[in-house]
Amino acid sequence: MTAAISVSGLVKTFGPTRALDGLDLTVREGEVHGFLGPNGSGKSTTIRVLLGLLRADAGSASLLGGDPWRDTAELHRRLAYVPGDVSLWPNLTGGEVIDLLGRLRGGLNEKRRAELLERFELDPRKKGRAYSKGNRQKVALVAALASDVELLILDEPTSGLDPLMEAVFQEAVNELRGERTVLLSSHILAEVEALCDRVSIIRNGRTVETGTLADLRHLTRTSVSAELVGEPSGLAGLTGVHDLVVEGNRVRFEVDTDHLDAALRALVASGVRTLTSQPPTLEELFLRHYEDELPAGQAEGAMSS
Amino acid sequence: MTGLGSLVRLALRRDRLLLAVWTLGLVGITLSTASTVGELYGSPESRQQLGATAGSNPAFLAMLGPLYDASTTGGVLAWRWGVFGALLVGLMCLFLVTRHTRAEEESGRLELIGSAVVSRHAPLAAAVVVALLASTVIGLLVALGLTGLGESASGSFALGLAFASVGWVFTGVGAVSAQLSESARTANSISGAVLGAAYLLRAVGDAAGDEGPTWLTWLSPLGWLELTRAFAGDRYWVLLLPVALFAVLIAVASTLVTKRDLGGGLLPTRLGPARAPGSLGSAFGLAWRLQRGMLIGWTLSLFVLGAVYGSVARGVEQMLEANPALQKIIAQLGGAGAIVDVYLASIIGIIALFSAIYVVQSTLRLRTEETEFRAEPVLATPVSRFAWVGGHLLFATVGTAVVLAAAGLGAGLVHGARVGDVGGQVVRLVGAALTHVPAVWVVAGLALALFALAPKLASASWAVIVVFLVLGQLGPLLQLDQWAMDLSPFTHIPKVPGADVTATPLLWLTLVAAALVAVGFVGFRRRDVG
Repeated sequence: MTAAISVSGLVKTFGPTRALDGLDLTVREGEVHGFLGPNGSGKSTTIRVLLGLLRADAGSASLLGGDPWRDTAELHRRLAYVPGDVSLWPNLTGGEVIDLLGRLRGGLNEKRRAELLERFELDPRKKGRAYSKGNRQKVALVAALASDVELLILDEPTSGLDPLMEAVFQEAVNELRGERTVLLSSHILAEVEALCDRVSIIRNGRTVETGTLADLRHLTRTSVSAELVGEPSGLAGLTGVHDLVVEGNRVRFEVDTDHLDAALRALVASGVRTLTSQPPTLEELFLRHYEDELPAGQAEGAMSS
Repeated sequence: MTGLGSLVRLALRRDRLLLAVWTLGLVGITLSTASTVGELYGSPESRQQLGATAGSNPAFLAMLGPLYDASTTGGVLAWRWGVFGALLVGLMCLFLVTRHTRAEEESGRLELIGSAVVSRHAPLAAAVVVALLASTVIGLLVALGLTGLGESASGSFALGLAFASVGWVFTGVGAVSAQLSESARTANSISGAVLGAAYLLRAVGDAAGDEGPTWLTWLSPLGWLELTRAFAGDRYWVLLLPVALFAVLIAVASTLVTKRDLGGGLLPTRLGPARAPGSLGSAFGLAWRLQRGMLIGWTLSLFVLGAVYGSVARGVEQMLEANPALQKIIAQLGGAGAIVDVYLASIIGIIALFSAIYVVQSTLRLRTEETEFRAEPVLATPVSRFAWVGGHLLFATVGTAVVLAAAGLGAGLVHGARVGDVGGQVVRLVGAALTHVPAVWVVAGLALALFALAPKLASASWAVIVVFLVLGQLGPLLQLDQWAMDLSPFTHIPKVPGADVTATPLLWLTLVAAALVAVGFVGFRRRDVG
């Protein structure tokens, strides 16, 4: 499979701030790729470099086989972009902006335009200044999703949408799966979990992890709680078992996914009455990468919630 | 009023540089003009001569107002700089008020402040306090400075307070218009139109002659400055008018505040079309949509300004003809027709400066689009940076010719009708107005180059206009060296109608403008956006 986006060693500085510090990113053609990181980690900067709005200081970036800085206009014919903070012209209506952006990109799919307006419950006759943040985002989303392009670049596209509209958005992206390549930046983990084939996690301008959700789960822990027939034994000494709590015959612990087998054997040895195990959520994955930034208690609390 | 103190401190902190520049600039220009007037017209005879000519020349009357008493330096200063200085004080105040009210509201920052412990009226009150402080400080510094230069204290304070009072009135105007519209741009346009109307009302009133509607001057806050007669009777009681108007305007504004939502305006917002018209589908179409309102507004305004100035031209001629003592001098100068041409040339010069304001507004639209994050989605489409800049620049450059032609047309139609030669005057005056286009293009080029190379300093383009205005209006008076005056592109434009037009300076100016535009295009292609 060829790469729609391929970035390596990207560096961008703004004065003394190093916004991108050797970032790598590969998005394969046809996949929905999650671009995950906390605020200020460099997601928007990377996207702006990919759009040819910013010039990278070092590293290489290629987009749909072209150079984002040099081949700007030709590349932009083949992509649609939704900015993180959509700002509309105060005196243009939403419908006018959708048509304008569509025409600038070389045409809209009229049927999809009408259908998306209805699904997003957006009144296209309102002036830009009258829309709320969420509605401004919908305007940009409709314009992008109704465009016949190969690549969608969506920068935190749902940060202003309510849960109902988030679901509409996920549905719309799912319908396009396979036909379009999607780069979806987000710090909303559930969204990435629901939509993305592969994920890149970035932090402080560097990629810290990349792969499918399944790949990344190897790196994390499963939480297990069980009620046993007899006294639990042998768990405490096992490698890969953490945060063990024993209350009589009940036991709770976390185990590195690689050592799950040994831990289960120890449970079975004492006889299992009930067992629940939870796969790691992306939340936990995320927190493990950033837990050094959080006070210990807060990280624990977030993990168990 | 809860939160007023901290909001005033916040505004002063944000604007400390801006306020310092305005204050020092206005006070500095006023005092240096006073001292040069003192040198130039040092003897009572020279001042008397000036008084005789200035008082009877409708061109001077329309542009600067009447010269009530030429016997003192202060009297001459009040005439030569009073209306223009006050115009700038008014402009400062209305910008300040919009900046701290509607602009803050539009950006959403006021919402943040409104959610803190701040009373409903506090943000407006803070803006008003800051503008009042600024204009009053300027007025007092002018008064103290003039007294220090040896002028009569009573006259100095009359002029200083008259300056300040124009500021107070336009603080009130700004406060009201900030409530009316949802956008800061429209609020500034409304206040600016009121300021323009105030200037025109007194121009017509002053130049009307004894038979005409001289009472129009009494309707204008700028007229009140003249009517205060600083250094010529010091009628302090006239200043009660601006104080009363200020009180009324503030009362209106604070009532309006309670009648509307945060972020909303009083002018209704209607639903618009659900589909874009066919014209809105390219970078050029978008630029047209964003720029047309401004272009139409400027075209109409300059047409009216041209017509008003043009209506006075015939009066210049009649007044000169009626004065047998001047006949000989007039003949030496090339006849009454030549004097009228000098008048027309000088008003077209002023109109050209106005059109420079248009061109900067139009060019800096690029910067607004960028800082408001509206450039980004457009530049992420196949629209190239060249096309995006080019679309807006086309309106700036072609628009310059349109607004100048409109001014020439207005002056030509009215003056032509009065002298019985509409066709001839229209051609002459439209041609004369268009002669200034290359100089205005240089301003556009400067603004574009700043936008491309030093985007954070793009608004310095406004300072460029003020510098050109001061060089052109006060340069000869301040006896600046020729090289300094040559810095302004407007210096190089022939004084048409009347003077011979040679292509060389116009070509050079066009080349300079083209070079600056090229720098702008290349510079913008190479820099980061946003």
